Amino acid sequence: MLGLNKKDTGLLLIVAVLALFAPIIFNPFPSDSAMAQFNAGYPDLMQRFVIFGIFAIGYNILFGLTGYLSFGHAAFLGVGSYAAVWMFKLLSMNILPAIALSIVIAGVFAALIGYVSLRRSGIYFAILTLAFAQMSYNLAYSVLTPITNGETGLQLSLDDPRILDGAPESVGSLPYPTLLGFEMSDTYVMAAGGWQFQFSVGYYVCAVVLLLAFYLSIRIFRSPFGMMLRAVKSNQQRLNYTGVNARPYTLAAFVISGMYAGLAGGLMASMDPLAGADRMQWTASGEVVLMTILGGAGTLIGPVLGAGFIKYFENIFSKINDTILHQWFAIMPDGIEDVLVALVHPFVGKGWHLTLGILFMLVVIFLPGGLVEGGQRIAGLFRRRKTDNDGDGDTGSSTSKDPAE
Amino acid sequence: MSKTTFTRRGVLRTGAVAGAGVALPTIFTASSAAAFTNEPTGNTVTLGFNVPQTGPYADEGADELRAYKLAVEHLNGEGDGGMMNTFSSKALQGNGILGKKVEFVTGDTQTKSDAARASARSMIEKDGAIMVTGGSSSGVAIAVQGLCQEAGVIFMAGLTHSNDTTGKDKKANGFRHFFNAYMSGAALAPVLAARYGEDRKAYHLTADYTWGWTQEESIVAATEALGWETVNTVKTPLSATDFSSYIAPVMNSGADVLVLNHYGGNMVNSLTNAVQFGLKNKSVNGKNFEIVVPLYSRLMARGAGENVKGILGSTNWHWSLTDAGSKAFVKSFGEKYGFPPSQAAHTCYVQTLLYADAASRAGSFNPCAIGEALEGFEFDGLGNGKTLYRADDHQCFKDVLVVQGKENPQSEFDLLEVVEVTPAAQVTYPPDHPMFAGGSLGSCNPGS
Amino acid sequence: MDAIILQILNGLDKGSAYALIALGLTLIFGTLGVVNFAHGALFMIGAFCAVTFSKFLSISYTVIDETKTDFLGNPLKVDLTYVEAWFGQSVGGTILDWAVPLSILMAIPVMVIIGFIMERGLIKHFYARPHADQILVTFGLAIVLQEIIKYFYGANPIPTPAPDMFRGSFDFGALLGFDANTIIYPYWRLVYFLFAAVIISAVFAFLRFTTFGMVVRAGMADRETVGLLGIDIDKRFTLMFGIAAAVAGLAGVMYAPINSPNYHMGMDFLVLSFVVVVVGGMGSLPGAVLAGFLLGILESFASMNEVKSILPGIDQIIIYLVAIIILLTRPRGLMGRKGVMEE
Repeated sequence: MLGLNKKDTGLLLIVAVLALFAPIIFNPFPSDSAMAQFNAGYPDLMQRFVIFGIFAIGYNILFGLTGYLSFGHAAFLGVGSYAAVWMFKLLSMNILPAIALSIVIAGVFAALIGYVSLRRSGIYFAILTLAFAQMSYNLAYSVLTPITNGETGLQLSLDDPRILDGAPESVGSLPYPTLLGFEMSDTYVMAAGGWQFQFSVGYYVCAVVLLLAFYLSIRIFRSPFGMMLRAVKSNQQRLNYTGVNARPYTLAAFVISGMYAGLAGGLMASMDPLAGADRMQWTASGEVVLMTILGGAGTLIGPVLGAGFIKYFENIFSKINDTILHQWFAIMPDGIEDVLVALVHPFVGKGWHLTLGILFMLVVIFLPGGLVEGGQRIAGLFRRRKTDNDGDGDTGSSTSKDPAE
Repeated sequence: MSKTTFTRRGVLRTGAVAGAGVALPTIFTASSAAAFTNEPTGNTVTLGFNVPQTGPYADEGADELRAYKLAVEHLNGEGDGGMMNTFSSKALQGNGILGKKVEFVTGDTQTKSDAARASARSMIEKDGAIMVTGGSSSGVAIAVQGLCQEAGVIFMAGLTHSNDTTGKDKKANGFRHFFNAYMSGAALAPVLAARYGEDRKAYHLTADYTWGWTQEESIVAATEALGWETVNTVKTPLSATDFSSYIAPVMNSGADVLVLNHYGGNMVNSLTNAVQFGLKNKSVNGKNFEIVVPLYSRLMARGAGENVKGILGSTNWHWSLTDAGSKAFVKSFGEKYGFPPSQAAHTCYVQTLLYADAASRAGSFNPCAIGEALEGFEFDGLGNGKTLYRADDHQCFKDVLVVQGKENPQSEFDLLEVVEVTPAAQVTYPPDHPMFAGGSLGSCNPGS
Repeated sequence: MDAIILQILNGLDKGSAYALIALGLTLIFGTLGVVNFAHGALFMIGAFCAVTFSKFLSISYTVIDETKTDFLGNPLKVDLTYVEAWFGQSVGGTILDWAVPLSILMAIPVMVIIGFIMERGLIKHFYARPHADQILVTFGLAIVLQEIIKYFYGANPIPTPAPDMFRGSFDFGALLGFDANTIIYPYWRLVYFLFAAVIISAVFAFLRFTTFGMVVRAGMADRETVGLLGIDIDKRFTLMFGIAAAVAGLAGVMYAPINSPNYHMGMDFLVLSFVVVVVGGMGSLPGAVLAGFLLGILESFASMNEVKSILPGIDQIIIYLVAIIILLTRPRGLMGRKGVMEE
């Protein structure tokens, strides 16, 4: 289907179904239960899952395929969101021109930085990209404030021209980003029993873009171009000896992943029209590296999983406070309740960084291939159990070696 | 993954959804069934406390959270009632807000606009928060204020000192109790002139971002109006940790006052460095060299240790105040936590009470009704004397404290002493003052 | 001229911190081939050794002073330190005053032990893994370490003053024959620079003149051959990790009086020190030291008003700009070896 082999089609379908039903899947607990704290099925977080998923998919095209470790990809995301917000301010609240411009601008920016940085490889390349991104961040925070609005972040204001939109319907309130007449913030809330499912326009726009981005990434992975990029990763020297100049290929990969980042930035601004310099800081660049490696670098689905994993912790664990802990353990006798709360307390709320750090370490130590490897091991366990009955124990391990699954 | 299970589960799920869809009424939040965003329908009302829990301002955030918890207790009629007893408005009964028990959710702003907005959105979208409050920097306050305007909930700003929060970035749904950079300048300048004389040469080191600039602008304007000369204003990167290379040139610049427009970690380091370079014991032009920190934070000043001794600055509130409101607040906070509250804790506590009071007086949780109740509201008994929530820009006007690092502190909390209470009239400015121009409140947004 | 000398002094001082951290990073990288993102955290832990030691010295008992009252109006509790009670006001006071330099005694064993545990418990298993995995796991470790410190000490900076005699500043210009009061420099910063110089020389001398150092250098150049010669290189590398951790820790201890330590100071230094290491050239110890001082001095110059008035905002980006220029003109940094970390 769509020029994909059976396995890839299956993967795409799984992602499509997951994306389509995310508002339900991520909302497993009734909204008035104590476990509702762990629900992630509200528009903002689902949008973030998807947007950072796109960002990580793009990053994976560079890092997963060519092995070039860029530490400055957040700059492209930041530039993309600035471009989108400026389009909202100047042209129109329609998200299409905004996203288009953010992809283009991020692409141009990536081409410039990539052209210079790709003259070096390994850690020297990483530091060059880091240096460019940190320069962008520092300047956006201070000297470039007329363009970026510095610390506060670029926001819409009532007196923006918005030349295509004409006069606003209601004076005194800011317009929302729209697509085909739908506002991104429109949400259809469905109450079903104790559950509240929120179907947001903005989320589904993001989800469609994610599917397109994911499909494109599969095609790139399976194309001759993708093969060439893998060759760069495995042995660039040999490639050079065969008379192939790897630079145009790596530059193309760099620009493509930069455009993915720009797309993510544009989408982020479309969901929430603000662009802040924080998005460009090295920690943000580091975050996408973590997402990709955590999920499984070089795999198709891994980066999306990694993005979801990190964003889930950031948004869910940071909101658990002592009051909630006491609710959870309320059934226990008083003494035990206090002990349990005291035990859990350092890991949630203001301690969510600690939990995240520990999980990073556990995943890297025990699952070198990232979360995807974890999934494969579990799947392998089941498969082995099944195949053991058939007397053939080899299939499970052979599939897990597939580099792109 | 085998295909059969996948299909079966899918069918089950669609079936459930279809059934639910038929059985229950549906709402498009955009085309309202509720009167406003997150209208509380049960017997509880949820407030969102969005404070920095990680990053450099985590301790300040923790103190804000303590104050919020205390405020919720008092609103629900637990504890000793704190400032509710001294508050001039008596609308609050100690039975929650409008009879609904107050509940709260907390989140981490990380002192980043993006993370703060994500956290605030999750409170609004997931937890049904009707009001969001907190924060420890102006960038975050302005970003979250914008979000609350779009989402249609009230934002009660926490610690934010930039002129822009109620200046060019003011919003109809946002309210600020904390003072601002202009007020710091207006309150501080006369004291500086009285103490250090009127022919002083000032050298400014300014954190290179929006808040730093508005503060520098305010202090320069206020001191120059009294005859001071500004020798130089130098911007320092926010990420700087060592200020030696910015402080070294001060010594030979001919300046005799150093103004540090820094906050938090920047302030601790720049002040420590300035003292290391001996600026405090230096004399220039026959006068003693002086250092000024226009915005003091007691929590942070602790990090500078002995270096704060004798240094002037301004603050929104200090626990050593002796009015009935402050005493009541310090008492209930101190008895619960064992140490006195910070100015951040104070402003957050007061903002929560003010919100609850406005809702009670308005008889509704509708943001527009609450906004109306807060606009032009005059009150007393919350620690800052007579205070006005001005309708034009949603800024509180009240007395401003000029403080000084104490020479002989009695405890680790006893770092500052109040040297002057500048009356509100002296720090009041017209709403169209050029430092605050360029924005408009817009109209209040009740959301859906 | 005096302004330039002042900025060179400032630069040497900043450079000392960069150079010490970069030196440790390069030691670990050069010997073990591991990219250690937790190195900034080791620097931070060093600074908190100073904090802990001062706290430990000032463990005190409480006396209730009826004549004074605390903020709630109760009688004030006054804390008196045991050290002063045991050794008397003057000796005890001096010990307290010298807490930071004294805490070096505690920091060295603590840091070496932390280094051992890190290497044996974690890093050892990552020698054969890709650099990306090493970065991730040490980054995770860095977060865990700093969160632990935050849990115990809070997020605010903690003042850790230098001994009384090193507080304040002196007229450095007068020593050099300039006019009085033109070049004033704080004592402690000079102490820091001298301290850094001593540590750096000690590490170099150790590697140069001891058999141990020779083996380690040989191992850095060709690990396999050294192993074949029957030398247990692993044990030595563990020790090297301990030494690198101690260098970072000592840099942190002595830095505490310059800027009050807080839990994220390691992260603030981490990125910069990586830039320093790479600019110096991966795997080159002299390169790391040279680049540390070079970038420190350039950073100081960039923050001069005269420079900033020509190029506004230059002090925000100077380090990165210099890094880019050097890496583009010299492919492997200032003194890097070919083939190290280029894949």
